[in-house]
Amino acid sequence: MTKRPFLGWFVSPAGLVALGLTAAMAAVFQFSMRAYIPGSLEVGGFTLQNFAALVRPLYALAFWNTILLCFETAAFTLILAYPLAYALVRTRSSAVRSFILIAAVTPLFLGEVVRTYSWMIVLGNNGFLNTLLVKLGLVARPVQMMFTSGGVIAALVHVTMPIMVIMLAAGLSHIDRNCEKAAESLGAGPVRVFLTITLPLSMPGIVAGFSTAFAWTFSAFATPQLIGGGRVSTVSTLIYQLGFSSFNFPFAASLSIVGLALSLAVIALLKQATRPLERLASAT
Amino acid sequence: MKRSPAAIALRWSGRVLVAAILLFVLLPGIVVAVTAFNDRALLAFPPQAWSLRWFWRAFSYSDFGRGFWNGLTVTLWASSIALVVGAAFAIAIHRYTFVLKSLLEGILLSPLIIPHYTIGLGVLILASQTGAGRGFPLVILTHVLLVLPFVMRSTFISLENLDGRLELAASSLGATPGRVLLTVTIPLLLPGLLSGWLFAAILSFNEFTATLFVSSQATQTLPVAMYNYVREFADPTLAALSVIYIAVTALLLSFANAFLGLEKILNVDAH
Repeated sequence: MTKRPFLGWFVSPAGLVALGLTAAMAAVFQFSMRAYIPGSLEVGGFTLQNFAALVRPLYALAFWNTILLCFETAAFTLILAYPLAYALVRTRSSAVRSFILIAAVTPLFLGEVVRTYSWMIVLGNNGFLNTLLVKLGLVARPVQMMFTSGGVIAALVHVTMPIMVIMLAAGLSHIDRNCEKAAESLGAGPVRVFLTITLPLSMPGIVAGFSTAFAWTFSAFATPQLIGGGRVSTVSTLIYQLGFSSFNFPFAASLSIVGLALSLAVIALLKQATRPLERLASAT
Repeated sequence: MKRSPAAIALRWSGRVLVAAILLFVLLPGIVVAVTAFNDRALLAFPPQAWSLRWFWRAFSYSDFGRGFWNGLTVTLWASSIALVVGAAFAIAIHRYTFVLKSLLEGILLSPLIIPHYTIGLGVLILASQTGAGRGFPLVILTHVLLVLPFVMRSTFISLENLDGRLELAASSLGATPGRVLLTVTIPLLLPGLLSGWLFAAILSFNEFTATLFVSSQATQTLPVAMYNYVREFADPTLAALSVIYIAVTALLLSFANAFLGLEKILNVDAH
């Protein structure tokens, strides 16, 4: 079609929104290179001091911890979400499918605060898990689970599960079942069919899910803030602390810029590293 | 076909595994629901006595009430603006080529990977530099940025399933482009547009991190009010509120599933 009716009407509002977003990102970038004037919301002249300060152990460690936390969360989420996505796509009962779908997807729409709060009750010293463990006689005293990175990971896995299930299920549902049937008819057992056909073919979904889980965890704030309770510091909690406790917005901005660059770099690396696997999937 | 014992064992262990994972997914919700009816102010498990008083407190705590109405205002504006802007743009992307198309699309989809705190910080700095106050427009703008990708995605999926011949038929019968859009395209896209709006609304109503950065005491939404509450008090009021939250969200999603087909919206349809 050569005619493009309403093109201007369709695109210009979106263009305005994109302009707003670009301006906001440019503002962060600009602020990251401004000097901080203690006790004032005004900023000073241009400087690279903020970026130089980021190599201090406190901040370097926070970056390292955050990336580690993201990897662990994404890995655990993948392991737990795969069977669920598989059951969701492959079950023959529509009641089971609806149940899994609602159970897996509802948490996505509850927001971080509600979900984090519910994990505080599960993990607390008088909480569900500790009461259960003590009653069963497995431990003598409550185990400290709040304010630990293990607790943060458990809650983050729960927070990232829905999106991982959705992405894996999308990948699994586009697999041509005839490939599996062909393998079966040639005598492959169910385990072999899964390992040599289904798993490789679902690789695109796995890669997409893993990188999204990574990005979401990197972006999480309420969970590390409330469950970590200041003892697990991540990029997000540091940025908030710098911005709203010490009003050092320039430094918070530089932390955001480096954090964003780092998470984009990790995701790009992930895509690069898993490219052979994806090629395998498309070749099969 | 008779199954071997090994295949049956495999099948059942798969079912047990899935049930165990579902338990992990549902556990916090169940624990919260039980805690909400706990009579005592201490966050202890299991409750010794039952009561509804935390529900009353959740309803009477003024910050929650104000947060609810603030959130509703922001959500209705943000998801409606995002619907109009996002759906129009998705149609343009799907049908036309124009300058800066992929750049514009990339920018508008980028909030999917840019952390919400970065966007919140950016909007906050922008507002302080341009002298704009921290009022509702600022919160609404932030939410539009965040939910736009979801509306675009949902419109895309509907456009893929749209039979273009219906539009060609209408225009060959003499309908103007405007009439085709209003009487053929938009009605056919309606389920997708509605579900996109619903998704955007639910996400906006629950958005927390970016809102924490850009809202003030006067514009704080419910999740922000809840966050402030949990930092100050440790009683089950929030559990009661969470129960209401979970119930309403599950109800809305069941509704969306029954009438619009959640599988289609999420693109996990097996067929």
